[in-house]
Amino acid sequence: MSLTAPAVKPGMSRDDLMMRGGVVLLAGVLLVMLGLPLWALLAKGFEDRDGKFIGLANYVSYFSTPALFQSALNSLHVASITTVIVVPLAFLYAYALTRTVLPMRWLFQGISLIPIFAPSLLPGIALIYLFGTQGFFKALLGDGSIYGIDGIVIAQVFYCFPHATLILTTALATADARLYEAADVLGASKRRVFFTVTLPGAKYGLISAALVVFTLVMTDFGIAKVIGGNFNVLATDVYKKVIGQQDFSMGAVVGMVLLAPAALAFLVDRLVQRKQVALLTARAVPLVPRPKFARDVLFTMFCLLVSAAILTILGMAIWGSLIKYWPYNLSLTLENYDFAKFDSNGWESYWNSVRMALGAAVFGTLLMFTGAWLNEKTRGFGAMRGVVQFLAFLPMAVPGLVLGLGYIFFFNAPNNPLNFLYATMGILVLNTVAHFYTVGHLTATTALKQIDPEFEAVSASLKVPIWKTFVRVTAPICLPAILDIAIYLFVNAMTTVSSVIFLYAPDTKLASVAAVNIEEAGTTAAAAALCVVIVLTSAAVKAAHLVADRFLFARLQVWRRR
Amino acid sequence: MIAMTNYLEVRSLSKQFGTFTALGDVSLDVVEGEFVCFLGPSGCGKTTLLRAIAGLDPQTSGTIRQKGRDVSALPPAQRDFGIVFQSYALFPNLTVADNVGYGLVNRRQARGAIAKRVAELLAMVGLPDAGPKYPAQLSGGQQQRVALARALATSPGLLLLDEPLSALDARVRLRLRHEIKALQRTLGVTTIMVTHDQEEALTMADRIVVMNHGAIEQVGTPQEIYRRPATAFVADFVGSMNFLSGTLMAPDRVRVAGVDFTCPAQDGLAPGQKVSLCIRPEDVRVRDLPADSANRVPVEVAELDFVGAFCRATLKARAASDVAVTADFSSNLIRDLGVDIGTRLDIALPPDRVRIFA
Ligand SMILES: Nc1ncnc2c1ncn2[C@@H]1O[C@H](COP(=O)(O)OP(=O)(O)OP(=O)(O)O)[C@@H](O)[C@H]1O
Ligand SMILES: [Mg+2]
Repeated sequence: MSLTAPAVKPGMSRDDLMMRGGVVLLAGVLLVMLGLPLWALLAKGFEDRDGKFIGLANYVSYFSTPALFQSALNSLHVASITTVIVVPLAFLYAYALTRTVLPMRWLFQGISLIPIFAPSLLPGIALIYLFGTQGFFKALLGDGSIYGIDGIVIAQVFYCFPHATLILTTALATADARLYEAADVLGASKRRVFFTVTLPGAKYGLISAALVVFTLVMTDFGIAKVIGGNFNVLATDVYKKVIGQQDFSMGAVVGMVLLAPAALAFLVDRLVQRKQVALLTARAVPLVPRPKFARDVLFTMFCLLVSAAILTILGMAIWGSLIKYWPYNLSLTLENYDFAKFDSNGWESYWNSVRMALGAAVFGTLLMFTGAWLNEKTRGFGAMRGVVQFLAFLPMAVPGLVLGLGYIFFFNAPNNPLNFLYATMGILVLNTVAHFYTVGHLTATTALKQIDPEFEAVSASLKVPIWKTFVRVTAPICLPAILDIAIYLFVNAMTTVSSVIFLYAPDTKLASVAAVNIEEAGTTAAAAALCVVIVLTSAAVKAAHLVADRFLFARLQVWRRR
Repeated sequence: MIAMTNYLEVRSLSKQFGTFTALGDVSLDVVEGEFVCFLGPSGCGKTTLLRAIAGLDPQTSGTIRQKGRDVSALPPAQRDFGIVFQSYALFPNLTVADNVGYGLVNRRQARGAIAKRVAELLAMVGLPDAGPKYPAQLSGGQQQRVALARALATSPGLLLLDEPLSALDARVRLRLRHEIKALQRTLGVTTIMVTHDQEEALTMADRIVVMNHGAIEQVGTPQEIYRRPATAFVADFVGSMNFLSGTLMAPDRVRVAGVDFTCPAQDGLAPGQKVSLCIRPEDVRVRDLPADSANRVPVEVAELDFVGAFCRATLKARAASDVAVTADFSSNLIRDLGVDIGTRLDIALPPDRVRIFA
């Protein structure tokens, strides 16, 4: 045996150098998009109004201001209640979608997704029409008011429902039929099967859904803004501090307070999900529900009820946007869609939104997919790839409002060479891509993991540069995932309010922000109209995607056919 | 005899995965034009060794020389090899012709020349008409041939095959064995194939490298491996083998259950040592035993398993019923001698067929 065989230091090919260069570049871009703005935010919290370092003084004053501290408690309160309501509702709905025989399943599934296409403002506005001071059903509330915690919770339930349903549908859909057969054979009662097989199987999905809903509510801004009344929450506090009082340091402190629960929820979710892997085996047999009359009727009724509620809220917003003068003149009109009357930008803000969404979709998809590929296929270089992986997961834990604030501090700093981006369309695109980076990155990574890992080895043996294989083989195979990412980015860019509300300039104002402003000025109908235009646009894009997937795409991908 | 040049020289190769040693100090020579099989049980490090040779997962230490050039630290793209994986790794979105021509396009050859070469390669692997099809439209065996054609397109000096046949059904596998071997012989390309199927290794290889636990147990021609296994592991892993435990009495005598057997002289072992006396079932003799034949044992047939072409008999020594030997009996023999369960007969273990392992 040779005593000390010298360790081999593998040499690098041109591919390796290129890939590593790419990973470093990606890490740099992510650092500018995420790391440094968050760092700037963190630093800001320790400065006074003139930029002098004052240690923890801001935090001390935050926690000793009862009104501010109360907002944190309010946020927690609202988030908890919403979670307790949404998760069981979504579980039943997902259960109906996956475990019962539902007529027109696809329709129910589609309806449950509607809120995703709307800015969070929309349910707030619809509730004002229904239960506001001049609402249809105001009488139902008696002395109560929809402005405040009740309104926020109802609107949040609407807004969070699709997110929880999506997660739980996935969790319930991946059940192993063999477990149920075994339980059947052993003669377990339905009740027992539910508590010993179904619930444990969906346990991780339930935890995940709860954490996602909790975070969404904690960090959402639009709903509390529209229908919160005097009920202050963290998100509205940040807005008031920064936009109202121009107190950036205090805004940064509230932002950090807002970041804590979101980051914590994210960490818990990561830890929990890590345990899950072993549960699913490749050999699982998918469960196909068998008809059972009583159960199916019951669940169909339930789904009808939930769908009706969702459609009522959407329908109310649409109807409200078409009405001349609520509630005195209910005749229909398109006047509210003449946005120039309500906001100096008129329809321009809508086109800004479309431009921004297209930009985010194109630039974001390119960055996310190429980035995921670089990180997945680079040989060695573990530490740097770990940094990229961390940065790619970071946005999941960072509320949009917080990221937006960080952008102000980082990009608006006079000594930043990137200062020229401030108040341009570019910064809005960059911010949106950063805000939604994690999901795109995960989608791309999953798709890349599913294709044969030896493609790169084969092309290296054939002396074909790795980027050629990326262009000719990898990217075309992943086209469905690439389109998914693009659509996801487009829809979210259309509807997002929180991260961009600090970043627009007069000529780059977005539709969702304009809706907030218009609503603030008291013209609810026009704000509703703007929301409706946004819903229609993002839903139309999604529908076009589905249709293209079905017909056009099939022709493009003959090779998938056997 | 012609001077044989080593095409590939592997020296003291080790590979660690964390604290786990997947390959420990492996050395190996492969002659130009040779067909070598890495054979061994699952997890013994065959793939690891192959990937180190390709540069796909570089070794922790040790050197590899290919055609005299030290390639130890070179990335795969700077080494000279073609490779076929168990999954074939065909590009699903490219036609068969584009797959085969994938490495040619990069060499700035004229379109016509590429098309001609692709047609030639497809004809060579017996798929002259498959060019415009997509991989998903081909059977597993056909995909395998396309992968082979793609790997050979750039005329590599070394062909690496990682369990290329294991995803195929038995019949196709049998046919492809011969085709690959014939193709390799015609092209004369030095080839290394990983397999855990001993039959595949025995029929295809010029030389077999038997591996176990990240180390090489034996290197030799199929005959050598089968006839003269170097270790008990090889004896057990390749073919069937009887293991009878006994004690070495003299360099050429082993006592098993009180009976002495003659065996080839053992130099390395000391008398008194516990050993295994080994013999293959087909080497057990029954017919025409000379009266004075060595290693003669009276036995009784305890079991008789029909395996198709022959029967595998379990024979118990009449003197010591806990000593059993399996032997292969042809149908003729069974008929001629009227063998059945309970039949008593004499067998002999020819000394030149007996192997001894410590
Ligand atoms: N990336 C890795 N990390 C850790 N251990 C590994 C890794 N790759 C292989 N091993 C271990 O190294 C050993 C040898 O693996 P290798 O793939 O070479 O086996 P093999 O002989 O090809 O087996 P098989 O016939 O199953 O393909 C195995 O025990 C395996 O678990
Ligand atoms: Mg292997």
